[in-house]
Amino acid sequence: MNVPDAKTVGHAAGASWRSQPALVPLAAIAMALTVGAVVILLVGSNPIEAYAALLRGMFGSPDRIAASLARSTPFIGTALAVAFAFRAGLFNIGAEGQILIGATLAAWVGTFSYLQDVPGALLIPIVILVGAIGGGLWGAIPGVLKATSGAHEVIVTIMLNSIAVLYVRWLVGSNDPVVLRDTTASVPHTVPIADNARLPELFGSQPPLHVGLLVMLALCVVVWFILKRTTFGFEVRTVGANAHAARYAGMGVNRTIIAVMALSGAFAGLAGASEVSGTVGFLSPGVFVGIGFDAIAIALLARANPFGIILTSILWGSMLSGAGLMQQETGLSIDAVRIVQAFVLLFVAADVIVRTIFRLRADRASDAMDTTQLSRGWGA
Amino acid sequence: MKLSRRQTIGMLFGLLGGYLVGFVATSLDTADKALKFEPPKLGSTNQLELVFNPPVVVAAIGTIFVLAFVATLFERRWERLARGALLVAALCFIPLVIVLALALSDAPSTNIVQLLVESLRLGTPIALGAMAGLWCERSGVVNIGIEGMMLTAAGTGFMTYAVLGDASSTPILWLSVGVAVLTGGLVAALHALLCVTFRVDQIISGVVINLLALGLTGFIRSEVIVPTGVAIGIPTPDVALPGLSQLPILGDQLFTAQPIFLMMFVIVAVTSVVLFRTPFGLRVRSVGENPHAAETLGIDVIRIRYRAVIIGGLVAGLGGAWFSLESQAGFEANMTNGTGFIALAALIFGKWRPSTAFAGAMLFGFTRALQSRLQILKVSLGDFAIPSEFWQSLPYVVTIIVVAGAVGRATAPAADGVPFERSR
Repeated sequence: MNVPDAKTVGHAAGASWRSQPALVPLAAIAMALTVGAVVILLVGSNPIEAYAALLRGMFGSPDRIAASLARSTPFIGTALAVAFAFRAGLFNIGAEGQILIGATLAAWVGTFSYLQDVPGALLIPIVILVGAIGGGLWGAIPGVLKATSGAHEVIVTIMLNSIAVLYVRWLVGSNDPVVLRDTTASVPHTVPIADNARLPELFGSQPPLHVGLLVMLALCVVVWFILKRTTFGFEVRTVGANAHAARYAGMGVNRTIIAVMALSGAFAGLAGASEVSGTVGFLSPGVFVGIGFDAIAIALLARANPFGIILTSILWGSMLSGAGLMQQETGLSIDAVRIVQAFVLLFVAADVIVRTIFRLRADRASDAMDTTQLSRGWGA
Repeated sequence: MKLSRRQTIGMLFGLLGGYLVGFVATSLDTADKALKFEPPKLGSTNQLELVFNPPVVVAAIGTIFVLAFVATLFERRWERLARGALLVAALCFIPLVIVLALALSDAPSTNIVQLLVESLRLGTPIALGAMAGLWCERSGVVNIGIEGMMLTAAGTGFMTYAVLGDASSTPILWLSVGVAVLTGGLVAALHALLCVTFRVDQIISGVVINLLALGLTGFIRSEVIVPTGVAIGIPTPDVALPGLSQLPILGDQLFTAQPIFLMMFVIVAVTSVVLFRTPFGLRVRSVGENPHAAETLGIDVIRIRYRAVIIGGLVAGLGGAWFSLESQAGFEANMTNGTGFIALAALIFGKWRPSTAFAGAMLFGFTRALQSRLQILKVSLGDFAIPSEFWQSLPYVVTIIVVAGAVGRATAPAADGVPFERSR
């Protein structure tokens, strides 16, 4: 076995985007599919049939492609939230809570009686913006706590996720008193928002592909611009690379931490609002369960690169979207796809394994997130 | 004048105390309430109970809060007094919550020993998770994958039980617990392989493990457990500790209990002794503080880290077994439901020491036990019945407060999270 070069190993995901843009991720996907095949064989199914059905479920027809893209839409926003925090050396596990709070506020504002007759061109931005503000405020909490008391954002965001889930469940589900619940519906969900507040559909698939996808793509460009072309983005990257150096250079590290967490939450909240406004027009508790961990995986796969996130989100979302057909045709549990996804992440993170097996050469460190090591311990 | 951290907390206590004495105590219903110590027995009316008047108790606790505030004002002169006063005030929250809940509900009494034992019982997986994290992090490996380790162990543990079938057989039950423990160790070995050998970012490795656990156990559940048709089994039976179980009051309620619960106490004690009183423990800690210095002394850093992480995994595996074989015999998707992360919070709360981490775990256990108790008591403010979701969120809110404020800055082992490279 080759002894891996120390320089490449110590990094979070120490590969280079520039010279081998997709080799390691592709090799990782191939290896993850192999491991998945072994698991599928173990329970006595045919992996080739299963993967064929999965592929057809993902991209088999225009309708399925649209459904896959629709499924991927919220992942883009939440993964951007995680990636943006990564760049500042912060680990935002709270995307699930932030998207939920954003979606709830958007669903609430969309039902205001005096907004019902406001034209869509004005109302849609209001609803989306309120969602972003909601997510931003929820995301700012761990930022403020980290900046003022040093509380680690990992713990705080996880706790805020659970709190958001519980409170939203009450807001949406409570019958006595009725808060946001649509009392005419048998399954608890919020009152539908005004028709004017609905994002237009692009394709009538199930779930429908809506303009939210374009909003998310635009958001990727915005995040790329913030990071690469603004002073604030420079500060964010500096804080992520070395907080001490940033402080020494006169940057407001605490201020940056709060701003990054708030913006990060706002991206997730925006994704939540666009889902409410684009798909069904109301919020059911439990729609976003687990999305935070998917977002982390996607952000890591994309090496926190805003444009990489578009591709990986679509890959991730369409796999989950296509898993339904695989289950129908081969009777295999949807969780098989989850296992493959976990191994994709594993092999991308431990790229030494991939490099050793495929004899890929490691290159100089790129400018991506490999300068940021996440687990610097707990306190500071 | 700038207030110190302690004085700020003291002032918050003072304000709360004033509010309790001035407003809450005067507005509470003055009917007497009782705390019971034993479960109701047939034919015996002679029960031990403590009758009290809620407004008086609330006013007394409020006074303690105010006194704690006064003590912090003299922090410069009597530092220990200020520290002790704050600790006492913080501990007073527990009786305060119980008394307030009882006063705001219609129930005349509640059993206090049962509540405390229930706290210990529900704190079991949290304490085991915290000990698992302690082993890893003391050796310098951050572990946010405790959740995944426990979940995988819970899954394979019940899988063994379901596949081997015989619901009434104790050996199979024990075998299942054994499989769960080994699974925890195996998943931990993967974590060690990724973090120690491949030097993957330890947080990412933890995320991988959590993700993998969700997928794997979901898969096991639908492909292996469900087809066997064994949905629920018989959980681990009560064990009566010889001698101790004869004690009055506590004998029945605490010392006659399920095995993993009892083992939890042993593991906390053993962890404490091994880590802080043996050469091996010293090595683990030195590797977690300064691996290069340890290496200079001839300690094999890599091997020690592997051992510590795997020991932690075995402990986490036992915590997983608690979910699927002790609290109930059955497996549901994602049944650990964030307990691993709460265990992590307990560990940080306890500043990476076994006894305080155990205390933190029991605090979370208490909030969990309290939450179900309060739901039974039907606490209401006027006409507004406080929703159960509010009580369920309590442990998480407490965690945030604890992590952000009450503990002050916690210092993790110095090399926690830093990959180790052997010097050449």
